[in-house]
Amino acid sequence: MLALRAVHKSYSVGLPNELEVLHGIDLVLERGDFCAVMGPSGSGKSTLLHLIGLLDRPTSGTIAVCGEETTTLDDRALTRLRGHNIGFVFQYHHLLTAFSALENVMMPMLGGSGFPSAAATARAAALIESVELTPYRDRAVGQLSGGQQQRVAVARALAMQPALLLADEPTGNLDTKSADAVFALFRRVNKEQGTTVLFVTHNPLLAARCDHTIDVIDGQIVTRGIDSSVSRGRS
Amino acid sequence: MSTTLEPVVSPAMRRPLPAPPSPPPTSPPQLPRWLPFEWIVALRFLREGRLQTAFIVGGVAIGVAVIVFMSAMMSGVQASMIRRTLTGQSHIQLTSPKEFVRPLRDTSPLEREGAIVQAPLQRLKGIDQWQGIVQQVQAIPEVRVVSPAVSGSAVVVRGDASRVVLVTGMDPERYFRIVALPEKIVRGAARLTSADLLIGTELATDLGVGVGDKLRVTGSGRGATTLTITGIFDLGNKAANARSTFVALRTAQMLMGLPGGVTAIDVTVQDVYAADVIAQRIQRTMHVQADSWIGTNAQLFSALSAQSMSNTSIRFFVGLSVAFGIASVLVVSVMQKSREIGILRAMGVSRTQVLRVFLLQGGLLGLGGAVVGSILGLMALAAWQKLQRAADGSPMFEMVMSPALLGWTLALATLTGLLAAFMPALRAARLDPVVAINA
Repeated sequence: MLALRAVHKSYSVGLPNELEVLHGIDLVLERGDFCAVMGPSGSGKSTLLHLIGLLDRPTSGTIAVCGEETTTLDDRALTRLRGHNIGFVFQYHHLLTAFSALENVMMPMLGGSGFPSAAATARAAALIESVELTPYRDRAVGQLSGGQQQRVAVARALAMQPALLLADEPTGNLDTKSADAVFALFRRVNKEQGTTVLFVTHNPLLAARCDHTIDVIDGQIVTRGIDSSVSRGRS
Repeated sequence: MSTTLEPVVSPAMRRPLPAPPSPPPTSPPQLPRWLPFEWIVALRFLREGRLQTAFIVGGVAIGVAVIVFMSAMMSGVQASMIRRTLTGQSHIQLTSPKEFVRPLRDTSPLEREGAIVQAPLQRLKGIDQWQGIVQQVQAIPEVRVVSPAVSGSAVVVRGDASRVVLVTGMDPERYFRIVALPEKIVRGAARLTSADLLIGTELATDLGVGVGDKLRVTGSGRGATTLTITGIFDLGNKAANARSTFVALRTAQMLMGLPGGVTAIDVTVQDVYAADVIAQRIQRTMHVQADSWIGTNAQLFSALSAQSMSNTSIRFFVGLSVAFGIASVLVVSVMQKSREIGILRAMGVSRTQVLRVFLLQGGLLGLGGAVVGSILGLMALAAWQKLQRAADGSPMFEMVMSPALLGWTLALATLTGLLAAFMPALRAARLDPVVAINA
């Protein structure tokens, strides 16, 4: 499902202020894994997530997503792979304020096909229903609460039925109840659809509820949790 | 024993406060199924920043309205000036080539000689083989009307009063299609038999004559006859009204001593601006001198050309300011929408699609502004025509607003919007998604 081999990431490469953020990351995730990523601020968690999500390229090393080696792909191919296989949930939901809740969920489906088809509308409506937001589907997202917005963001991330769901501190700005609701969504998606979930969190209680925990410290992975075979390059 | 005072709470205050009413659900418009993704996002972004959009559309509209109004006014002024100029003259006039004197000296190639030769007096001379020339000129596709004429000076006498005039003899059936003399008649009728004469209002006043009176006319060719005034005209020019007279072709031939001959052939063409080119072609291929109205009115034409150039310059600079306005708005929009661009890219929207979203915004701003501006320009034109009138109540000049000009204006404004949006759109497409999301 996901395989990182000797991945390094540096900024300002070749310049006097060159900074290596990730040092030789090896990571393998199988389909259906549910992992938390923890670590102190500035340890490289978000950078790791961005590399896995193909939003950024490693300085060296290889990243394979859904069996496809990505480091040699051009931008168009990366965009297509990302759009079809990876869903993102950000800390600040990052919904498009010009659109309603339903339309936000439809967005990933429109980018590829080009036209808002009836099928896209129906799937978006079903996703909205799955996150229990049907009464609010036509509301502007600015009129929803923080928890509701994050649930819309989760529904949007699932629009293309991605194999991999990445969440960067999705509950960071939510109250406990909302955070639990979002986490429960992730769990349900993982169990019902076999979606691999990788989410960054500072909450040890949430991390403890995951199958694995990956600690990132000073740009390196230190794993712990029930099954530490993740770090051994399980294929 | 201590006593504590219990707060008095009414039963109403014990009831829990009702939950604040949830805001009324707004229903954003549904995504139209017939619009592609880039159009949907572009339109929504424009709608979201409606005040910004309204301002830039307003700015474009003002620029387009100025262009539309000015173009129509300039075209109308030019058309009016050309029409007035050509009211009393043909587009091309053919005459016999000018005579010149050459010294008959046989000089060797090594010798140079500067002879002082007196220029000959240009006598009244007919065009050689004019009937054939008329046929050849009539056969030219761009030519509309060909009318032979005889012109020369004459003296008109009535009693003790006499005046020197210019007599033009012509075939009314053809000549009136070149110079609409019947429309200029203020008294009598534009009738010309061999005994008839048409004179101007000033000449009529000077001689104290009216319709039906007779005048003795003696031409420069020593021919003389008595003619009856059948019509008095007003050409709108005092000098012309004092000197111009019109007679039948044969009458003028007799007066000028040119039996069967003509001194000029008047020609009108389809495109007045092509008159010079056609005149040069006629002069090259036939043994005549061909003068176009453009050459004869060189100063007017030069002024009109300068006017057109200044009009074009103004249009260019207005268009440039419109382009900069759209570009500056979109540069700001790209900055404002950085996070949205990052999110779209994270969702699988390609760089090309992001480019198209912003190009579309530029094109729509240009087109929207052009539509509003065209309407404003047309309204201004209508108001101008209503307010600006000549003393007799007629429009001072006709404002020329062609559908083709409107179409070109819309197309150019849209293109300007697209071009102005190109750099901001490119910048948006090249945004690093990670940087954009974290902006």
